[in-house]
Amino acid sequence: MQVLLKGLRVVNPDQKLDKNSDILIEEGIIKEIGSIDASKCQDAKVLDLQNCVCVPGLYDMHVHLREPGREDKETVVTGSNAAAAGGFTGIACMPNTTPAIDSAEVIKLIAEKSAKHLVEVNPIGAVTNGRKGESLAPMLELADAGAVGFSDDGVAVKTSAILRSALEYSQMIGAPIIEHCEDESMAGGAMNESEISTQLGLPSIATAAEDIIVMRGILLSEYTGGKFHVSHISSSRSVELVREAKQRGLNVTAEVTPHHFTLSDENVKSFDTNFKMNPPLREQKDVDAIIEGLKDGTIDCIASDHAPHALEDKEMEFVYAPNGILGLETQLGLALTELYHTQRLTLEQLIEKLSINPRKILNLSIPQIAEGEKANLTILSPDLEWEVDIKKFKSKSKNSPFHERKLKGKSVAVINNSQLYYEDEFINL
Amino acid sequence: MEIKAKLIDEVGLKRTITRLAHEIIEHNRGSENIVLIGMRTRGEFLANRIQEKITKIENREPELGILDITLYRDDFRTRLKQPEVSVTNISFDITEKDIILIDDVLYTGRTVRSALDAIMDLGRPNSIQFCVLVDRGHREMPITADYVGKNIPTSINEEVKVKMTEIDNEDAVYLVEVLNDQI
Amino acid sequence: MALSSNHLLGLQDVPKEDIQLILDTATTFREVLERPIKKVPTLQGKTIVNLFFENSTRTRLSFELAQKRLSADTINFAKSGSSAAKGESFKDTVRNIEAMKVDMIVCRHESAGVPKYLTQISDANVINAGDGRHEHPTQALLDMYSIREKIGKLEGLKICIVGDIRNSRVALSNIYGLQAMGATVSVCGPSTMIPREIESLGVKVYHDIDKAMQEHDVLNVLRIQLERKAGILIPSVREYHNYFGITSERIKRNNPNVLIMHPGPINRGVELSSEVADGPFQIILNQVTNGVAIRMAVLYLLGTKPEEA
Repeated sequence: MQVLLKGLRVVNPDQKLDKNSDILIEEGIIKEIGSIDASKCQDAKVLDLQNCVCVPGLYDMHVHLREPGREDKETVVTGSNAAAAGGFTGIACMPNTTPAIDSAEVIKLIAEKSAKHLVEVNPIGAVTNGRKGESLAPMLELADAGAVGFSDDGVAVKTSAILRSALEYSQMIGAPIIEHCEDESMAGGAMNESEISTQLGLPSIATAAEDIIVMRGILLSEYTGGKFHVSHISSSRSVELVREAKQRGLNVTAEVTPHHFTLSDENVKSFDTNFKMNPPLREQKDVDAIIEGLKDGTIDCIASDHAPHALEDKEMEFVYAPNGILGLETQLGLALTELYHTQRLTLEQLIEKLSINPRKILNLSIPQIAEGEKANLTILSPDLEWEVDIKKFKSKSKNSPFHERKLKGKSVAVINNSQLYYEDEFINL
Repeated sequence: MEIKAKLIDEVGLKRTITRLAHEIIEHNRGSENIVLIGMRTRGEFLANRIQEKITKIENREPELGILDITLYRDDFRTRLKQPEVSVTNISFDITEKDIILIDDVLYTGRTVRSALDAIMDLGRPNSIQFCVLVDRGHREMPITADYVGKNIPTSINEEVKVKMTEIDNEDAVYLVEVLNDQI
Repeated sequence: MALSSNHLLGLQDVPKEDIQLILDTATTFREVLERPIKKVPTLQGKTIVNLFFENSTRTRLSFELAQKRLSADTINFAKSGSSAAKGESFKDTVRNIEAMKVDMIVCRHESAGVPKYLTQISDANVINAGDGRHEHPTQALLDMYSIREKIGKLEGLKICIVGDIRNSRVALSNIYGLQAMGATVSVCGPSTMIPREIESLGVKVYHDIDKAMQEHDVLNVLRIQLERKAGILIPSVREYHNYFGITSERIKRNNPNVLIMHPGPINRGVELSSEVADGPFQIILNQVTNGVAIRMAVLYLLGTKPEEA
């Protein structure tokens, strides 16, 4: 089947490409790029995409799919649907499932569930067996089965000794160790430690708890040469540490979530559990440091940490409620509204953060927009104004603090694996 | 609110109080066992004046207490404003005493009923007698005053307003017309 | 005059007039507690549930007495630990109790924010009896009443709260309430027990108990939770007593006019010496009596509040 995309601006920083063009796709391959007359392709499905931008398919490297174990919150399929609706053609899923992704069998299960989907799902394997922090997981086997990185996400790797081993071992694969940076002995709070936590009387987590583990990872990466990636960075001090590490030429990268550049701990005053996540929302000065970090390249990419929770899980006393919010379907809108339309990042920089860099970190190939290439595209409308409606979310869960928020910029279509997702439908090409 | 008539003037009030004091003493065969309890707010001032009179007549001062019945009201849920509660000050023992309960106007009788409940919670008196300056009729409770200053039949849209120099700058009792039924 | 809210969730941002009304109303109820029959029929027919998810004998007892003396019907619901762990969710628990038609809920819970959550899932009047380390408004109100009763005023007084401020909802509520009434509040304790940026609330921090005693009219001494704190926040109970404990000798040396308060229960020999606990400088038992009067006042003001037209 043919699909003709008309009126696009096509941008791919990786190819130094930025031009106005139409794209014709046949059987999932880019057949022609240029000015294409619709009358030449009578059978094609024609999409009029004036004012839209076509970029290499977006990639979210931090997603919780909850399968196996909590399929009531989300499954591989529903999570992938949410990804497509959010404008993503690829995601990396975290190993804190039940059982954890610490064996090839679990990876095979995920691969089966995602086999026919538009969205490509790349599993992140556990660093240690059961994520218990006691012994290394079989990383070579996991990598062979499809794992593209390793993490004990939910917690930091338990001991420095194990982290060192992991950084050494993973070098044989070239995959990053992705760390949830939180010192175990300082953990357990429900929000950021600041004058607001004092006023609200909630147990709190100091930014220092994150900075300590970031520094630990940087030092061990320096010592071993291994690849260290900071998950969901939130503390201004941590941003400084990563900046210095990069200046020293170390193999250190970092990601940030949309809620950490959009919200702050002021939001927690309502005691609404949709503002409870780990790492917690920080002070405005941390948010400002993160935006600087995005601008100067210290923070390589944006990743949602999409964490679905069932209604009965979140509708609870604040201290007991589980951490996390949805992210896939609001991520692009928030990035465009808070970073692009405010002139903090250019469109090229945004594409790097949302599409190119996450793949580089995971050693995945960057989609090329050229004739003969497999079509792996996101079509976005940067100026489209819309209001978030959680009732329309494709995710199985609804725990998002952004309901009814007005955003500017949205994904209009995605194409990958010979499928098109457009106007709420998956169409085979 | 429109004044329709002045029912009692300053001189009249003095005479009425004198008469009430005598009646109380007569009925109780002296003042040895009586205690006066005035109901906030104007009942308290009346009770003070009656106490003064009785002291003059009998050469001994009967005990005086002040009762706030807000906590015993029966109309919390229907009122439009929350009533302000004040302190009850009855520092003597009322057991086996003859209580002269004093108020300015007797109307539906509900206030007195509340007062009876309040007093019974303080002890077991020998008797409770009720002394009121004006009885305006329209009882909703089976209550009668033992000592009445003046009987003034009124209609529903009329009200009896008692003024006392302690807080009103004059001594008088007026009959007024009330334009809307808001109490 | 009535309270400006249908609930008492805390004292932060509560207008001075509301606090004044509660303290003045409590005077009436303090008198009721001196009568032979300590009961008035005011809240007859009202049903009040004491929802205590955190253990507390004294606060619950005080509330229960207040409720019974107002002739209300009381039911007690005690549950320890996370309701989620035990099966029924908090929301379901509350909904079930409400379905039995209760008018007011008095709630204590270890998670801050729960009383506010209650107002969203229930129609009853909610009174916070302590939520996490956030607020304990009735305790602060009875503390203020007790100070006013003893000294005659609150405005212009200097009060210092001593002890584990970090884990204290009593401290926070007192800070908000006393400041609203024109008093100056400070805190004193080991650095590890002073919460981050407490100065943002307008309080001065002391680490020297002698100095604190010299410069304040009232010391409100908090309990040190022995089981939890020794070893991590303070080296030992012995060290705490030597450097922060209130003794008669300390009082006489620094400020024999200082008033000593404690919300209870007392750890004799730790925050206070036995001598001080039983001596002439403290008003601890007055606080307990006043606690019932304050709670009666709060229940009265919320329970008899007319419906908005």
